[in-house]
Amino acid sequence: MADGGLPVIARFEVRHRNYLAPDGSINRPLPAFASDAKLLVSLYRAMVLLRSFDRKAVALQRTGRLGTYAVSLGQEAVSVGIASAMRSEDVLLPSYRDNGALIWRGVKLEEILLFWGGDERGNHFSGPVQDFPFCVPVGSQAPHAAGVGYAFKLRKEPRVAVCLFGDGATSKGDVYEAMNFAGVHKLPVVFVATNNQWAISVPLRLQTGCETLAQKAIAAGFIGEQVDGSDVVAVRAAAEEAIVAARDGQGPRFIEAVTYRLGDHTTSDDASRYRPEEDVQARWKEEPIARLRAFLAGQKMWSKADEEQLAAECHERVEAAVERYLATEPRGPETMFDHLYADLPEVYVAQRNELAREEDG
Amino acid sequence: MAEVTLVEAINLALARAMEDDPGVLLLGEDVGLNGGVFRATAGLQKRFGAERVLDTPLAELLISGLCVGMATQGLKPVGEIQFMGFLYPCIDQLVNHASRIRNRTQGRLTCPMVLRTPHGAGIRAPEHHSESTEAMLAHIPGLRVVIPSSPERAYGLLLAAIRDPDPVVFLEPTRIYRAAKGEVEDNGEALPLDVAFVLREGRDVTLISWGAMLKETMAAADALAVEGIAAEVVDLATLKPYDEVTVLSSVAKTGRCVIVHEATRTGGFGAEIAALIAERGLASLLAPVARVTGYDTVVPMARLEQKFMPSVGHIATAARQACQFS
Ligand SMILES: Cc1ncc(C[n+]2csc(CCOP(=O)(O)OP(=O)(O)O)c2C)c(N)n1
Repeated sequence: MADGGLPVIARFEVRHRNYLAPDGSINRPLPAFASDAKLLVSLYRAMVLLRSFDRKAVALQRTGRLGTYAVSLGQEAVSVGIASAMRSEDVLLPSYRDNGALIWRGVKLEEILLFWGGDERGNHFSGPVQDFPFCVPVGSQAPHAAGVGYAFKLRKEPRVAVCLFGDGATSKGDVYEAMNFAGVHKLPVVFVATNNQWAISVPLRLQTGCETLAQKAIAAGFIGEQVDGSDVVAVRAAAEEAIVAARDGQGPRFIEAVTYRLGDHTTSDDASRYRPEEDVQARWKEEPIARLRAFLAGQKMWSKADEEQLAAECHERVEAAVERYLATEPRGPETMFDHLYADLPEVYVAQRNELAREEDG
Repeated sequence: MAEVTLVEAINLALARAMEDDPGVLLLGEDVGLNGGVFRATAGLQKRFGAERVLDTPLAELLISGLCVGMATQGLKPVGEIQFMGFLYPCIDQLVNHASRIRNRTQGRLTCPMVLRTPHGAGIRAPEHHSESTEAMLAHIPGLRVVIPSSPERAYGLLLAAIRDPDPVVFLEPTRIYRAAKGEVEDNGEALPLDVAFVLREGRDVTLISWGAMLKETMAAADALAVEGIAAEVVDLATLKPYDEVTVLSSVAKTGRCVIVHEATRTGGFGAEIAALIAERGLASLLAPVARVTGYDTVVPMARLEQKFMPSVGHIATAARQACQFS
């Protein structure tokens, strides 16, 4: 009996999942996939590649060869962990910061550079053709995920839509509306909030009065779980469980991956204006790459020589992609009319010709 | 008098309005400690406190809806939307509530709010950051839509917008936020709304524009002057309701009109002005009204963005053609 003798008619709980402590030691028995050393190493490699890609992208931006860019520094475990639990036929709906998930799914590094370099051709993924492009208007991809999930359910396809967004996005009606609908129809959708503590300068405590973001799923009628988003094993385990359940017809899930954005919001931001450097330094102790490396090294699955070789490989792969990106010939301006409609309406052909002529002249 | 950038002029106007009227408050994403992504609200939270300079959750519909609620209670909220591409969730609130609450309640409730947002392309920003869909807003009855084109007009028009008893959408030309500099006296004096500014007098052709495009338009007028063509340049400044008198009298004087906007052509605000001249200024026309606009495409990302924007050359060519028409 609660206060005033009124009966309690419902109670809810939110679980938190973590396996690897910041020093790489284990908190609880690892999930089954973790006995696959090759898989763990591939997660590690993907995170290191992402960090090295990020570093290069920032350098390109600083030297005027790339546009505004959003780094994943400190939160590499989320997009890599989530994507690694997906099948290729599932559909990813990423936000602008989810380069790691795209790379895992086979999008070429030079395609990602083209996008951030201001060229729409970067969105023409040669890999997963049904995946969505990066979503810039925050949270507006969540309703798409519900629509995608509905299509899968209607056609009885065993596929799952996986939608990634930030903590700030959970304040938007779009996200709640999508979750609500997915809950009503038990859609095969996994919603993932990367809670990196910041929406540009706005800290989580000004974003929500909730103790967790995971509990937002409760109002939509499904399970919300919190995971340590700097522990790639936990992220992958939660994603795998949620995706398997969704594929199995059990409906949507919500994962809140708690992590920390160690870098600026984007290359246009200066985080030192709104958060003290000491806080950031303290968070470096929890970052996902060193954590998994410590674990792998402790298990004799990773050596210093492996690390050096990986660094060299990443460097080579990133540099080669940058070369291909920089060598991509510019498009004629009239191509801005391409893909505007299936068939360009006759009235706009004149405008297209005008642009083409200008280029010749 | 201090030389300031356009965005600094906005900061000055906001500070002045808050100083003068304790009911004025600012709200939006990152407007507090961070001072806004363009620094328009820099230093204001420190000066006026977090209750009056409010970092909201990331929710544009909420920002606009909060403004409506606050405004009905006699506050003067100034909401900030980080880019025009993120203003669209506010349309529901603007169309269905802000713009018509006075009318719906026959004056019992009113909505003296301002919604500020950067406007336009040309800053090499990511997708959805380059919108110039002012025509959509200008279509809404009961709203005011204002676009300054210089620091001086940014200061004066923003003060006027905040003091106005009705809702105003204040579109800030992103491309010249820092590029435009000018002397602004922080004297608290507003400029009139609903009035166009004649930036340059001329007898041969009228060039009409607003916001950042006035930069190219003025440059085109300079180029034309060298050739002996005297262009009159009109800064429309308020698009809703717009100053029909100034438009018509300028065209009556010159007989020729070129309208310049970076928004896409079809259904752009240029069409409205051309229609006005066709209806009420036809007799004075010596040449067809011309439009120099963005193309009917999505604003391309950085690599092709410049090709989308009207250039000085495009404007001058259109003006020359108008002058040669016979
Ligand atoms: C609808 C919308 N409003 C504002 C912006 C500008 N903006 C870009 S990112 C961002 C913060 C997003 O924070 P969060 O959702 O936590 O994701 P994070 O950037 O931390 O990954 C804002 C306000 C936007 N892109 N979309």
